[in-house]
Amino acid sequence: MSNSEGYMKALKCRECGHEYPLGATHVCEFDFGPLEVAYDYDRIRKTLNRDVICSRPKNMWRYRELLPIAGEPTVGREVGYTPLIRADRLARRLGIRELWIKNDAVNYPTLSFKDRVVSVALSRSVELGFQTVACASTGNLANSVAANAAAAGLNCFVFIPHDLEQGKVVNSLVYGASVIGIRGHYDEVNRLCAEIAGKYPWAFVNVNMRPYYAEGSKSMGFEIQEQLGWRIPEHTVVCMASGSLLTKIHKSYQEFSKLGIVPQTPWKIHGAQATGCNPITQAQKAGLDFFKPQKPNTIAKSLAIGTPADGFYALRVMKETGGAGDDVTDDEIREGIRLLAECEGIFAETAGGVTVGVAKKLIASGKIAADSSAVLCITGNGLKTLDAVVGHVGQPRDIKPSLREFEALLSRENPELVSA
Amino acid sequence: MVRILIPPTLRKLCGGEDTVQVRARTVGEVIGQLQVRFNGVRDRLCDDQGRIRGSVLVYVNDEDIRFLQAHRTPLKPGDEVSIIPAFAGG
Repeated sequence: MSNSEGYMKALKCRECGHEYPLGATHVCEFDFGPLEVAYDYDRIRKTLNRDVICSRPKNMWRYRELLPIAGEPTVGREVGYTPLIRADRLARRLGIRELWIKNDAVNYPTLSFKDRVVSVALSRSVELGFQTVACASTGNLANSVAANAAAAGLNCFVFIPHDLEQGKVVNSLVYGASVIGIRGHYDEVNRLCAEIAGKYPWAFVNVNMRPYYAEGSKSMGFEIQEQLGWRIPEHTVVCMASGSLLTKIHKSYQEFSKLGIVPQTPWKIHGAQATGCNPITQAQKAGLDFFKPQKPNTIAKSLAIGTPADGFYALRVMKETGGAGDDVTDDEIREGIRLLAECEGIFAETAGGVTVGVAKKLIASGKIAADSSAVLCITGNGLKTLDAVVGHVGQPRDIKPSLREFEALLSRENPELVSA
Repeated sequence: MVRILIPPTLRKLCGGEDTVQVRARTVGEVIGQLQVRFNGVRDRLCDDQGRIRGSVLVYVNDEDIRFLQAHRTPLKPGDEVSIIPAFAGG
């Protein structure tokens, strides 16, 4: 890298364009607009192409010129390059010609897409000299910050709503992080973290480090394009909590096409939420460009953000690309989880049930055409949200270790399979 | 008096203070009082029409004022008002 900040030029306000040095800060002093990393695309164009990408190890850092760190990654070096699965059985069930699953339920090391954003945020935090890292989280982010901070030898505080699924809580505690449960919704956790970040000199990955952190999500979109054979999918369905992932998948398609790495073809990005927390899809369906904040009540706790930071920008991406938004009930979420599991052998968390459930609705309504091709972004692993499905997926039948008992059971339940 | 938590984004303008005490009966009056004391604060927090920007969240005693009466939300002595950038989290 020829200068000290790699391919980054500055932090830039998305609203007024005011530029700031590449420090730990996330909003513009003049209008509170979000700061984004500005890159030197002319230099990137000279360095990055398909051959260079293919020559590198299969992880998210193969696109490192488009990720906001100055030097080599020091945290999460093996994150990403998760499978993109051709999902023919699910495609038949949903009634679409071609369907793909981008499976971040098996992302390394903590089984969600959050490992992508965290590896960028913590690598950048180390570059900026922080020793303590922290986050406000609905669960997956806390898991990833706790694990990656442990591996990097950083002090770690994670702040979560006190009533999260046990799997998400244990998956933060085990790494030795300080886990603080807040008696309130995520939005209240978030507010507290903004106040703490204003007082303590810590790297809050999704507060003062957010411009870097959010960019990590682009790697999911870069991988989708590469794994599809260097093309942009016609349709992409993305679940939304803050809405950040959806905007960054869009940005990844813009960047690769602008740099000539993929041909510029039209794409539509669709947003998925739970009906019990649907500020963004409610606004999208009403044709509004702003959302009304909500108090969440859904089993999709990882998406339970009533005041989504990027809601405004997610609405804009759906509108600009001609995408749709929709939401599904708790029962439809569980059905989505089962559909994906039974058709493709992938056990997604509740957010994945949201994505599958909404894709089903959008295909049924023709908003995603039956003769088209779609990618569903699966962001987290079902083993972490067992609470949501226990009692809804049947029970094992316990019998004695006896062939006679087994055949009695079989003749009751599957008589066609009984051997004479 | 009402206690205002000033976010880092505004501290340079507010003489480096992280909390400020003002006399105000509503959230709207808080912004007015801050403007009197620290010229320029209103433009940072409000748009051209004088409405609190979408990029700014205001909480009174831990509740988002959009769930209360927005800038008309009443205040009593001892209340705490927290000003937070909206673009965080997730």
